[in-house]
Amino acid sequence: MRRRLFAALSALLAWTTGAFAFEIEAETTFPAATATVELRIISTADSAFFTPAVLDFQAAHANIAVTYVEASSTEAVKAISEGASFDLIVSSAMDLQTKLANDGFATVIRSSATSAVPEWAKWRDSVFAFTQEPATLVLSPTAFDGLPVPETRKALIEILREHPDRFRGRIGTYDIRQSGLGYLFATQDSRTSETYWRLTEVMGGLATQLYCCSLNMIEAVRSGELALAYNVLGSYARLPTVKTDDLVVIELADYTATMQRSILMLRNSENPDAARLFVDHLLSTAWSTSDEPAFGFSAELDPDDISVNRKPIRLGPGLLVFLDQHKRGQFQRAWENAILQ
Amino acid sequence: MKGRALGSMRRQMIAQLVVGAALLAALLIFVFQDFARRFAEESQDNVLLASATSILENVSEDAGGLIVDIPYAALAMLGSVSDDRVFYRVDQGPTFVTGYDDLSVAETTTANDTSFVSSGFRGDQIRAVTTSRLLSLGGQTQRIRVTVAQTQDGLGDRLDELFRRAVLLGLGFFVLATGLSVWTATRVLRPMQELALSVSRRGPDELRPFERPVPTEMVPLISSLNGFIARLRRALDRSEDFITEAAHRVRTPLATVRTQAEVLSRRIERDENRQTLRKMIRAIDESSRAAGQLLDQAMVNLRTDALQPTQIDLNDCLQDVVTRLTPVAELRDIELTTTFADDCHVSVDPILIQNAVSNLLDNAIKYTSAESRVALSTSSDGDGVYLKISDEGPGFEAVDQPLTERFVRGSAGEGTVGSGLGLTIAAEVFEAHGGKMTLSNNTEGKGGCVDVYLPR
Repeated sequence: MRRRLFAALSALLAWTTGAFAFEIEAETTFPAATATVELRIISTADSAFFTPAVLDFQAAHANIAVTYVEASSTEAVKAISEGASFDLIVSSAMDLQTKLANDGFATVIRSSATSAVPEWAKWRDSVFAFTQEPATLVLSPTAFDGLPVPETRKALIEILREHPDRFRGRIGTYDIRQSGLGYLFATQDSRTSETYWRLTEVMGGLATQLYCCSLNMIEAVRSGELALAYNVLGSYARLPTVKTDDLVVIELADYTATMQRSILMLRNSENPDAARLFVDHLLSTAWSTSDEPAFGFSAELDPDDISVNRKPIRLGPGLLVFLDQHKRGQFQRAWENAILQ
Repeated sequence: MKGRALGSMRRQMIAQLVVGAALLAALLIFVFQDFARRFAEESQDNVLLASATSILENVSEDAGGLIVDIPYAALAMLGSVSDDRVFYRVDQGPTFVTGYDDLSVAETTTANDTSFVSSGFRGDQIRAVTTSRLLSLGGQTQRIRVTVAQTQDGLGDRLDELFRRAVLLGLGFFVLATGLSVWTATRVLRPMQELALSVSRRGPDELRPFERPVPTEMVPLISSLNGFIARLRRALDRSEDFITEAAHRVRTPLATVRTQAEVLSRRIERDENRQTLRKMIRAIDESSRAAGQLLDQAMVNLRTDALQPTQIDLNDCLQDVVTRLTPVAELRDIELTTTFADDCHVSVDPILIQNAVSNLLDNAIKYTSAESRVALSTSSDGDGVYLKISDEGPGFEAVDQPLTERFVRGSAGEGTVGSGLGLTIAAEVFEAHGGKMTLSNNTEGKGGCVDVYLPR
């Protein structure tokens, strides 16, 4: 820890702010010694993931206190739509971030830090990506004892088909009806390859367990409850807090969808200057070319770590398509038909 | 005489060309910008229509219900053009199906199934296209309308960029055209300037025709100019001929008349008749001298206007005059002495110098007392050559008196034949050579003194 943390964690499940009808999962306060401004960030990321970034910012700006509110991506969007008072939103749901910007909730930020972000990692100078997080296959080595480690979806399908008994009930993936990120990964998979639907059929046939969150799946694999989990955030699987001894994290070689976590400054921000400072600080650190990632994640990928198959999901209006209520309904029905057998 | 100037032709020409170029550049910017705007708007419309059409194509009927399966590319294609915000909606007849329900839908018909509208939406300027087709749903035909709209920030940015380019293009064109104008004007007017320069550089005696080739437009001017030069040359030639001719025609008869009168006076017995005849002779002398000096003066004017100096030894030139005048001096028992310095080479018109010195010596001989002395001397230094004539006559009344003006005679001239032109002619000649003539009185003893300076 570079400085003392006065993180007062108040885990208020199902906590509701007076006038607003959105649910938050947790609220963490990072007080500042000489606080004159309080920055309110709503985020879909676990506070453990984002805390280093906040502390790093406060090290440079001691007068800004930060309140970090965790919520699911849909609840976060709900909060914004209802006009709840937040300065920044950090989210892995690229589609929802795009929709917020498209629907006019975002403020344009043009600074040297934002202009250093490559074109493919920002949209409208409002949504800025600051991480590259691959959707990975996480498996338990003990469960795969004697089996080859699958490198592609095709190989995975074959293994699952050949050993149905070993994997029945021991496969996990996102419940796309609950998780925005899971839905994003699923829709991008479906765009990229027909193999996705075959894999989903196979997983459906093996009584796949559905999860809300990556961390739960990682935990389930680690504990041996699951043999493998599909479309797990690689960044979570590699977090220092996760014991990785019992895990194998695989970026599949046919393609690996890469989610870009992004930050967006809200139009009705009450502390626009502080919010801009935060965005600039976060982006300049994340996109810096230094070898050591400043807070456990970096937007620039280690060249050795990049498989050529990484396929960054692009920010932009294309992402609005799968948010269309009809489109979503159709996709979910098709998915349900495949996964719930 | 200085000509009246109407302003510089070159400047006028450049100004007109530059103004023309500026107008053309402005027109170019306007046309280019207008074209670019239409083009940009049209391409935005095309992408919007492609997007709306691809959505419309993916609307289908399933068991009497409507399936709207928006293709990913339909909205992604809009994102690939610009970062503009995108809105869409799908309607089934009068019923909203999906998308942004606050987006307005344009009315479309079978005959005109596509409509483009520019309007405002959520505080932004948008361009919207609505396209439609009929679909049979559960036995009922309904019009399905797809509206796709996009904000125009990207278009604005593109137009700004295009405008910048148009302005740069126009400015570039203007700068280029201005450079060309200056070049053209300079080039076109160069023969004119060269002609003007060569005319102004010509000496007064230089009366050759212009023979350098000139542009066709200037040929009439050159021919007229050459015509003028030829006429001037002929006129000058005629004047010189006339002067020489006149000198002969006037002097010779007068000399004859004078000789006759002298002869006659010796034969005449009666004293009063002789007196009358003396007066006549005197009048003839005066006329002869006046005619001679008038002709001299005309000659001097002509020659000084077109001075053609040659390098001579002034001493030789003066010796000729002295030799010619020695008999005249001897008639009055006047001693004409010369003192010549070495190196008296000057660049002069010898005929004019002889004429002037002859006039001065003639004056000196005429006004000095009989049996006295007239001294002519030369000297030289680095600057020029000096000439001095002194006599022992009454001198000049006052040094600053205007004796060198035409027809002014000093009081000493009374009782002597003279026209008052001698000093004037001499002064004019020396001045034409860039020299100076000064009159003074001898400080010791009596007599006048003329000092002449001629530059080398």
